[in-house]
Amino acid sequence: MTFMKKPNVRHPGLRKNELGLTRRDYEGLLSTLCAGCGHDSISAAIIEACFEMDLPAHRLAKLSGIGCSSKTPTYFLNQSHGFNSVHGRMPSIATGANLANRDLIYLGVSGDGDTASIGLGQFCHAMRRRVNMIYIVENNGTYGLTKGQFSATSDRVSKSKKGEANLFEAIDLCTLAIHLGAGFVARGFSGDKEGLVPLIKAAFHYKGFAFLDIVSPCVTFNDHAASTKSYDYVRAHNEAMDRLDLVPEREEIIAQAEEGKTVTVRMHDGSLMRLHKLDDTYDPRDSESALTTLRKRYSKGQVVTGLLYIDDEDADLHTLLNTTAQPLNAVPMSDLCPGNAQLAKINKSLR
Amino acid sequence: MSSADVAVKSRGMRPTNLADPNYFHKVVDCQWACPAHTPVPEYIRLVAQGRYAQAYMLNWESNVFPGILGRTCDRPCEPACRRVRLEDKPVAICRLKRVAADYRGDISGLLPKIPKKKNGRRIALLGAGPASLTVARDLMPLGYKCVLFEKDARGGGLMRTNIPSFRLPERVLNEEVQMILDMGVEARFGHEVTSLREVLDEEFDAVFVGTGAPRGKDLNIPGREEAARNIHIGIDWLTSVAFEHTKKIGRRVVVIGGGNTAMDCCRSALRLGGKDVRVTVRSPRGDMKASDWEIEDAEREGIPIFDNHQPTEFIVENGKLKGVRFARMQAEYDSQGRRKLTPTGDEAVFECDDVLMAIGQDNAFTWIERDIGVEFGEWGMPAVDKITMMSTRPGVFFGGDAGWGPENIIWAVAHGHQAAISIDLHCSGQSLKSARPGPGTSLVSQKMGLHEWSYGNQYSEDARVAVPHADKRKSLKSLKVEVELGYDVKLALEEAERCLNCDVQTVFVRDLCIECDACVDICPVDCINFTPNGVEEDLRRRLRVPAENLSQDLYISEDLKTGRIMAKDEDLCLHCGLCAERCPTGAWDMQKFTYVERQANPAGQLHCMAYIK
Repeated sequence: MTFMKKPNVRHPGLRKNELGLTRRDYEGLLSTLCAGCGHDSISAAIIEACFEMDLPAHRLAKLSGIGCSSKTPTYFLNQSHGFNSVHGRMPSIATGANLANRDLIYLGVSGDGDTASIGLGQFCHAMRRRVNMIYIVENNGTYGLTKGQFSATSDRVSKSKKGEANLFEAIDLCTLAIHLGAGFVARGFSGDKEGLVPLIKAAFHYKGFAFLDIVSPCVTFNDHAASTKSYDYVRAHNEAMDRLDLVPEREEIIAQAEEGKTVTVRMHDGSLMRLHKLDDTYDPRDSESALTTLRKRYSKGQVVTGLLYIDDEDADLHTLLNTTAQPLNAVPMSDLCPGNAQLAKINKSLR
Repeated sequence: MSSADVAVKSRGMRPTNLADPNYFHKVVDCQWACPAHTPVPEYIRLVAQGRYAQAYMLNWESNVFPGILGRTCDRPCEPACRRVRLEDKPVAICRLKRVAADYRGDISGLLPKIPKKKNGRRIALLGAGPASLTVARDLMPLGYKCVLFEKDARGGGLMRTNIPSFRLPERVLNEEVQMILDMGVEARFGHEVTSLREVLDEEFDAVFVGTGAPRGKDLNIPGREEAARNIHIGIDWLTSVAFEHTKKIGRRVVVIGGGNTAMDCCRSALRLGGKDVRVTVRSPRGDMKASDWEIEDAEREGIPIFDNHQPTEFIVENGKLKGVRFARMQAEYDSQGRRKLTPTGDEAVFECDDVLMAIGQDNAFTWIERDIGVEFGEWGMPAVDKITMMSTRPGVFFGGDAGWGPENIIWAVAHGHQAAISIDLHCSGQSLKSARPGPGTSLVSQKMGLHEWSYGNQYSEDARVAVPHADKRKSLKSLKVEVELGYDVKLALEEAERCLNCDVQTVFVRDLCIECDACVDICPVDCINFTPNGVEEDLRRRLRVPAENLSQDLYISEDLKTGRIMAKDEDLCLHCGLCAERCPTGAWDMQKFTYVERQANPAGQLHCMAYIK
């Protein structure tokens, strides 16, 4: 980490977005992570994405659990809401917050320990319920805060920094997410911001559970030659499935897509997502095809990145529950609580 | 186009050549802009550390007159300061130099030793201004005998005659001039040279002409001759004031001209009894030649400036000056930005008792015979080599205003250094160009520990500290009261903190980089990029913030593992070192770049050289 605060002074030529804000206005406090941590790059990518989307920071709530990754919401979007929950319990907080106020955008930031170990159950149920949120796992395959033990996403072929073998199979979070009903599943790499920023933006536009597994090298414990989550390994084995273009609602599509190579998806908010497939053997709208591709590539030691699966038709939790369009926290108490007489009536009907 | 050029064009920019001393020198904007290339950030750090004597010596070696320049320099360094591009106000580089001079204490033990045994060479120096004195200072420690010819009774040249003592106290001037004379210079004061041939006949080994541009321009309009008694040429009048021949002036004074001399004239007039002193300029105010701060100082003393006023007549009544008639002008600019002044048809009359004319200076070489091998070119100026300062007659050198027309003190010093090198080479029979010594440079890491650097890398958000002034009621009463009081130690420290240490360079090592983007994310001014290479124009456009300032270079790395390059726009780099602090592999390091312009006498550069390891 650095101890010196990043000075407030900015480049006078810094671009401004529609809100008149610069990228710097989306920053947070000084990061206390190790210098070179992939998580800091992900924070920067989130900042970039929010800036480019002209997002008003007060419209967003950052939620996290415990771990290196879960510290990061402090380092971006200083003007947003935030909740730092108990280890692995962020999905419950997100579900509750989302039910209470459906108008906010929920961004969950978690790590491989917080999600794939202690919080695995919570993670699964948030997906099942299709909570409308963006769920990012900053996946470094190691427990950095406790000195570099293997995590549940550490590949079996990977070794520790000191050379110990990993005895157990890895949990592939993307596979799990497709199985359990996440409607948007993507994998990114912290060292490839050009690929990552569009994925984050697309996840923001998706209505439903948008899952982003981001490989994020731990420079202190897991960036060595025998690691499968090092900068070098991921760069050498990165198989990008597609490149994303996000066309905001207000802009017309001019160029015609090349048949078979490009998939156009209309998002719930009206914007269009253009997916330029780099591998035309699979279809990201077909979960079977996505799962097969993931499994096959994984067995070859490849790290598949890009938008892996999208379901643009499924409904989110609020739609399924048929809740009122008005956020529940804005419904007056008199409507929210019909009173004793009503309660007695309901109770009576159940006897 | 050769095949290599084609390859470069298709692949993009070449990696930056750090072995070129000019690359990092250019990044140190202030030092690059200074004609004498004074190591500015180094002396500002020394001032911040309270090591005033060292800060003074570093300056003295490079610019010879730190106390004088710290009050009067034209400061080309300040408009160049990176702070101007970041937030408008430069570091007060000039006034921090004055701090070094004000608090230096006794430095006599640090001055170069003058050999008792001379080398047998005699050099004539014509004019005792900054250029000649610099040549003497550089040559005396080498054993040369220097003979200084000066028409006035004391040394200093225009520093004495043209700069009023409320800006430059005589004590400061005397000290720094005397320091050089005390090296054993044979000074012939009160000796006006009227023939170069006569000097040459004395058989000097070399002659240096540093006689300045001593002739003030005149204005031949109706009434000039009739009112001659009350119309004064600015620089002559200032000289007369300096030597106390002139002690008063009329109540109403009109100053004609918009340069620094005009500012000195009007402020001097105010102190010699002028009550209604006004400055008139023919051009619009924005085009005035005077430095902004000198205009500010005049206005602070209540002197109004009338722009777009072109004098057309000196009004004379009963053989006495009554006033000046002006045609009101307006400026028009054509598409190329060339200015044309045209009269509006309106007139103005300013009544006055005296007129001071400060509309420029000319060189005057009537005393140089045209048949002795010194050739003259355009505008009656001598043909002088820009690098060696030698005229067309071997052994005769020119410098300062005499060589290149009216400039300023710091340019005169720079010329003096170059002329001294040439004279030394000339006297030892070496080539003035191929044997010329290049600059000395070094690049040393400033890392002291995990997060420790040997320089203060915190960015100061403070505004420029104003220099305290003497009470106006007191200072306007006398020519001798210095207006600026200078920074005290505390203010100096505050101002010194504003320096960005641009000489502490960001040095990138390609082989160590893992392309984690940490430096890109932490850089406060978005100057670091990892991107595919391209031709410069294209690359500049593609950066995180497009690099539109073409005078600032891009730092380009060799190809990285991903095939991209690192491209850093040097323009606004704060030199805060956050990239190096954030880098997990040490691919970025903060290294101090020292650049020392060589002089004739390396022994006189002990302090400068101490910073080159």
